[in-house]
This record gives sequence, structure tokens and C-alpha cells, in this order.
Amino acid sequence: MTIQAPPTEAPTPVVKPSRESHARGFRGLGWGFLIKLALMALVNAFGIMTAISAWSAESWIVLGVVVLLVVIADWVYFTRRALPLKYLLPGLVFLLVFQVFIFGYTAYIAFTNYGTGHVGTQEQAVEAALIQGERRIEGSSDYPLSIVERGGELGFAIVDDDGDVQVGSATEPLTDASGAEIGSTGAPSEVPGWTVIPRATVLTDPTLGTTIKDLRVPVSDDPNDGSIRTREGSTGSVYEPTLVWDAEAQTITDTQSGTVYTATELGAFVAEDGTALPTGWSVNVGFANFIKLFTDANLAGTLLSVTAWTFAFAILSVVLSFAVGLGLAIVYNDPRVKGRRFLRALFILPYAFPAFMAALLFRGMFNAEFGVINDLLFFGAQINWLGDPWLTRAAVIFVNVWLSYPYWFLVCTGALQSLPGETLEAAEIDGANKLQRFRSIVLPLLLVSTAPLLIASFAVAFNNFTVIYTFNNGGPAIAGAPYALGSTDILVSAIYDVSGVSGGAADYGLASALSIIAFIVVGLISALSFRQTRKLEEYQ
Amino acid sequence: MSETRVIVTGSSKDAQAARAGARRRRWWGEVGWKYILAVGVLFFAAFPLVYVLSASLNPNGSLAASSALFSAFDPANYIALGESRYWVWFGNTLLIGGVTAVGSVLMGACGAYAFSRFRFSGRRASLTTLLVLQMFPQALAFIAIFLMLQTLGDVVPALGINSKIALICVYLGGALGANTFLMYGFFNTIPVEIDESAKIDGATHAQIFWRLIMPLVVPILAVVALLAFLAAFGDFILSKIILTSEDNWTLAVGMYQWVSNQLTSRWGLFAAGVVVAAVPVLALFFSLQKYIVGGLTQGSVKG
Repeated sequence: MTIQAPPTEAPTPVVKPSRESHARGFRGLGWGFLIKLALMALVNAFGIMTAISAWSAESWIVLGVVVLLVVIADWVYFTRRALPLKYLLPGLVFLLVFQVFIFGYTAYIAFTNYGTGHVGTQEQAVEAALIQGERRIEGSSDYPLSIVERGGELGFAIVDDDGDVQVGSATEPLTDASGAEIGSTGAPSEVPGWTVIPRATVLTDPTLGTTIKDLRVPVSDDPNDGSIRTREGSTGSVYEPTLVWDAEAQTITDTQSGTVYTATELGAFVAEDGTALPTGWSVNVGFANFIKLFTDANLAGTLLSVTAWTFAFAILSVVLSFAVGLGLAIVYNDPRVKGRRFLRALFILPYAFPAFMAALLFRGMFNAEFGVINDLLFFGAQINWLGDPWLTRAAVIFVNVWLSYPYWFLVCTGALQSLPGETLEAAEIDGANKLQRFRSIVLPLLLVSTAPLLIASFAVAFNNFTVIYTFNNGGPAIAGAPYALGSTDILVSAIYDVSGVSGGAADYGLASALSIIAFIVVGLISALSFRQTRKLEEYQ
Repeated sequence: MSETRVIVTGSSKDAQAARAGARRRRWWGEVGWKYILAVGVLFFAAFPLVYVLSASLNPNGSLAASSALFSAFDPANYIALGESRYWVWFGNTLLIGGVTAVGSVLMGACGAYAFSRFRFSGRRASLTTLLVLQMFPQALAFIAIFLMLQTLGDVVPALGINSKIALICVYLGGALGANTFLMYGFFNTIPVEIDESAKIDGATHAQIFWRLIMPLVVPILAVVALLAFLAAFGDFILSKIILTSEDNWTLAVGMYQWVSNQLTSRWGLFAAGVVVAAVPVLALFFSLQKYIVGGLTQGSVKG
């Protein structure tokens, strides 16, 4: 991206060590500089555009970050210093925004109750509550109304009681439209700055019809004043909130029933009888999410079994596929076997096969009624591979071993070929049999070189969402488990189910807390692997 | 005379036969059984692939009908792919994977060049930080990614949920951490004297990077590009969360949708899709196998 392309003419090597000053040797700016200039112009243009839209969307954090990044980029690429940064910056920006920041953000969310019913600020929650509670006032007057459009945004133009035209949209409260004209139907026919959509179009376009039914144009900036809405697109009436927000007392009062909802520390409006309004806001809840993970009677037990299975899955996957790969590597590391290259190429076929396709394929093959595995290998027995917890667990480990043994086959073949031949020969002369040679020489030497890889692949299996989820969605479901957790769910897929990002009720806070725990486990594994590599370096 | 000869030859034949038998037994014990085992391993490794090929040629697109291997040869499923959104997903996957691969290679190479050739303060610390960071899988933080993209999408729609560009950006976020080390080692094997002589000849740092170093590191560039492509190709969780509309899906999300629901599963279509998608990946893998195996042992692990 931020590259300085070479000049187009071949670099004529300046053989003569020039004692001239740089000023005399100056040969123009060159293509490289021009390309850099063009790229930086693009970066700046994008930055300014983003900054402007962040300004209008009132996203101050985005605005600040964008301005900061653009300033840094300009400095780095137009100063003569900061040479390493010229090369590191693009990758570093992506790393900081899409990796470092999101890790920090995960930690932040873990201490909030962010989720369905707890989104955004208290101000947004109040506004949403008032809008949801809006009702048409009995006996209020109807205003002649036209649908207007400006730059893809729909709005209403109405004729108020004084005969003046007012216009507004969902984001813009009603304002007087000077110079507007009223047509023969009594509704505005021309509004300056807006296009009036003809009545016929409104009646014949069903999608437009539903859009305008949902459209609400606020009467003023104060949500307590209510909004204009329409049923059929020709008359509008004022809908006023039945709820009244009192910012000082931090209460919302229902004017119809007289119930008073008080803002609580947990980001909700709760009445005395315990009923709460559906909208709340996101607040810091401290360690509540973590405490819930460990103490909630229903959740803690399920999560414990999920965690146990996660470890079992990761360990068994790694150990079994390592064993299969190592065994095959030893057996076929024999020069007397002909066609080894051909065999090796076929043995590693599963490795080149994308994991999600393999898991989906096995999902069909393991089908109890129609699957080929029951039909051909078990002679038509209807073994319920995907419905029984233990059989599913065995099957998913089988799938993961199928996917990863070729890796160990390749790695171990390489490692075996680099074993010191003299040591093995000496052991043979000393009378050690095959098993002894394997146990005391081959395996220890092999483990030294493959231990970091074993730990790394344990970490990968530990977070292998793809295989678990595509094979059986983590199922079969554990009876009575919260969030529909299943018996092959590992921590990552449990986080996925709890978070509700795929739809349904969301609890981002709780899921993030679970993410943090998974992060800690991964961190511990990494630390272990770090120490292992250190030890290995000491060996060499 | 002739009789004795016969006897003599007969007895030597017996001995030979006995020896041959012993040799054959020994051969079977030491080598021969490996061929039989190989048949078993081949069945284990290749059966799913053979099965999916057979199912893809069976016009009756149900699981039940495809148990009898190669009972039908009919390209109906492949033709039906054209009527589904398969090729849209295929294009999306190629686009996302391709851009991610190019971006990862450029960023990784630039990073490796900086770490390998420049000596600056904080170099060791940055290397260690990268090493630590790349051990934490990005996918574990998918909730934060989801929420951040929601916020970003309000400002820049092209970086919001349901944008391919946003997904590529997320993938590129892991590029520096994952690839720098692989490339760093390789860059270090290229003698610094090359740079120095070019520098004396008046080449700028950019010229050295693009004209001297890059051509010399092509093998590692190919490995990183392939690994980045395969990672994007195989990613499921991030693409499923970020790409919400059907026209933006990748193969992983789309094909999951085809078979995840047992009642509406389109098995024949899925099988044909697997064959079409797996063939280029297999071809790519085996043509670059030599490089990949080298890269593997240096620490990149497949899921």
C-alpha cells in the first residue's frame, strides 16, 4: 500500500562514489515519490471523509482515532526519519485496530451488561422507551399530509392548524417550510428542497406503504412532545408519549396507569412491583458476569462440562492425530517400500481439504438413517451418531483426527529423516531392540523438535469453532441447559451461543466474560510453549 | 549322469524354495504388510473424497440415494450449481481470499524487512509483543469485532456489518502477527552484504526492498499468500457473523446453509460444490507442497 515504487528507468548504478552534495545529484522527484503522493492523497481523502461522517454521526471515538491515524501516517511518510515505521505502519494500523483494540474492547464488554435490553446510553434508552410508549391522543386533530423525499430520505409535510406547511423527517423535527404550496386536496403539493411523492405512487407501492406506516417525524427535539405519524399516507396526527421522562428524579412515569419506573444502577427502569421497561442501557457491572459464570446454578454446571469437554477434545485430537501421523511416518519411512512418494501424496489428501467442507461432508456421512457410514461400514445399522452425546463426541474427534493426522505425518517424516543415524546405529550394535530404540531415542528426540508444534496445535484445537459448529452445531443439546448448549460445544462455540450474535436474545457481557476466560487459558498455554521454546534454544 | 544332475538340481531347488519361502515370509513380516496397511490408510484418507465425487454425480440429490457408490453418472448437480448462488459465493471467496493474501504478503514482507534490516529502538520489544499477540486467536474476540463493526458501519458503511471490505480488514488485522515471523526468518537468511553493496551504489531503501529483496524471497511470499488464502477460505466464524446477506456470503457460510438443516438439505448440490471448490485448492496445495511443508515445520498450524 504505502510503497515507494522504483523509478521506471533501470537504476543506473552510480559507480563513481560521488563526492558531490545531494543538491547537485538531485535528479527530480521520480515515480516513486509521485506514487507515494497519490497513495497518501487517497489515505488523506478517506480519512477526511471518515472524519466528516464521524462528526455528523457524533462518533467521537471514531473521529479521534481517524484524525490521529491520518496525522501519524502523514508524518511517517513525509519525514526523512522514522524509516522502520514507513514499513511497519500499514500492518501496525490493522493490528492495532482489528486485534489489539478488539482484545481490549472484549475485556471492557466483559464488565458491562451489554446485550439485548441494555444497549447504548441512558439517553438513548429513554428516547426508545418514550417512542415505544407513543399513543394517538383521543380526539386530536388530523393534518393533511404529503409524503416527501430528499436524497433517499423520506419525510412528511403537513398543513398545521394555522394553514402553514411544516416539513420534517425521522432525523429532523418539523420546521416551517416557507414558500411551500398547498394543492387541491388540501395537502402540500410543493415543498422547497423536497420532492413531493405523488399520491398514486404512495398507494401503489406496497414497500413504500409499509415504510411510511413506520415513519415517525418528531414534533420537536424534546421526545416528550411526541411525533407525527400516518396510517394511510394522506392525513397525519400527533402521537404523544404516554410515558413522561423526568431527568432530575431519574424516573419515567406512565401517565395512563400512573406507574413510576425508576432508573436503577443495573441500567434498567424498574417499577415498584418489579416490572421493568423493555429498554435499558449498558452500565458497568463489575465482576457480575464472571460471578454469574461460576455461581449461577444452571449455568456453572453446564459450563464446567463444556470446559472439561473442550480440554478432552483438544487433548485427544492432538494426541490421536500425532499418534496416527507418527505411526504412519515410522512405517513408511522405510526405503524398502516402493512408491512411497505416491503413497505420501495420497496420505496427506485430507490436509489439503478445507476443514468446513470436511466437517459438513462427515455430517452427512454420519447421518443415522441415510448416512453412508451406517449403510456401508455398519451394514445398515441405524447408529445414532449425531444424536447420542458420546457417539457424537467420538465422531467429532474422528473428524478432527482425519483432518489433522497428515500434518503430523509430514512433520514426523521430516523429523525422522533428520534424526542422527549414528546414535541409532550405536544403539542397534549395543543390542537395543526396535521398541527400546523407539522409546529411548526416537521418541524423546522427536518430542524435542515437535513439542512447540504440539502445544500450538493444542491451542488451535482448543478454539476449533469450525469443526465443532459445522459438524453438529455443538449438539446434541444437553437437556435443560441454558442457551441451548450442546454436549459437543467447546468454549468458543459456547461463547457463540451465549452471545446471541446470530440472532435471538443477546448477552454480550456474559459471553465476553467467557471469552476472557478462554483467553486466559490460551495465554497459559502460550506461556508454556514460550518456556518450551526457551528450553529448546538452550539445547542448541 | 543325467539322473544325478536331476537329483542335484532338485535338491538345490528345494533348498532354494525353502530359502525363498523364508525370504518371502521375512519380506511379508517386514515390508509386505506395509502395502496392506497402505490400502487401509488410503481407504481412510480418500473414502470421503471418493464418496463426495460419487454423490455429486448422482442426480437424486438426497443422502439416501448416494450410498451406492457411482450408481449414476449425471452432471445435473453441476448444472444446478449455476442456478444457485454458488458462483456468487465462489467469487466472493476468491475476492476476499485473494485480497487478504495480497495484503498479508505486502504487510508481512514490509514488517519482516523492517525487523530484519533496520536496527531501531524498541525492535526486540516489538518482536516479542508480536510473538505474544499472535498467540491469541482473533476469532475468540468475535463479539468485540461484531460490535465494533456495528459502530464503524454507522460512520463508514463500507466498514460495517455485511461488508466484504470489513471482513478483509479484520483478516488483515492478524496479518502482521501471523506472518512476520515466518518471513523474518527467511529474510535473515539473505545476506546483508547484498543490501550494503546496493546502498553503496546509491540505491534507496525502497529500491533495495522492491528490486533486490522481494525477488529473492518469492518462495516465502508464495507460502504466506497460500496460507493466508486458505485461512480466509476456511474461516467460518468471522465470515458467518460479518456477512449477513446471502449475496455477500462466502462458500463456507453458504454451503453450511445448504446442509445444516436436515429437512431442506440440498445434498447433491453440496457434493458438486465441494468437488468444484476442492479441486483448485488441492491443485494449489500439491503444486506448492514443497514450500508448504517447509513452512509447516516453522510453526503454522492448520485448524
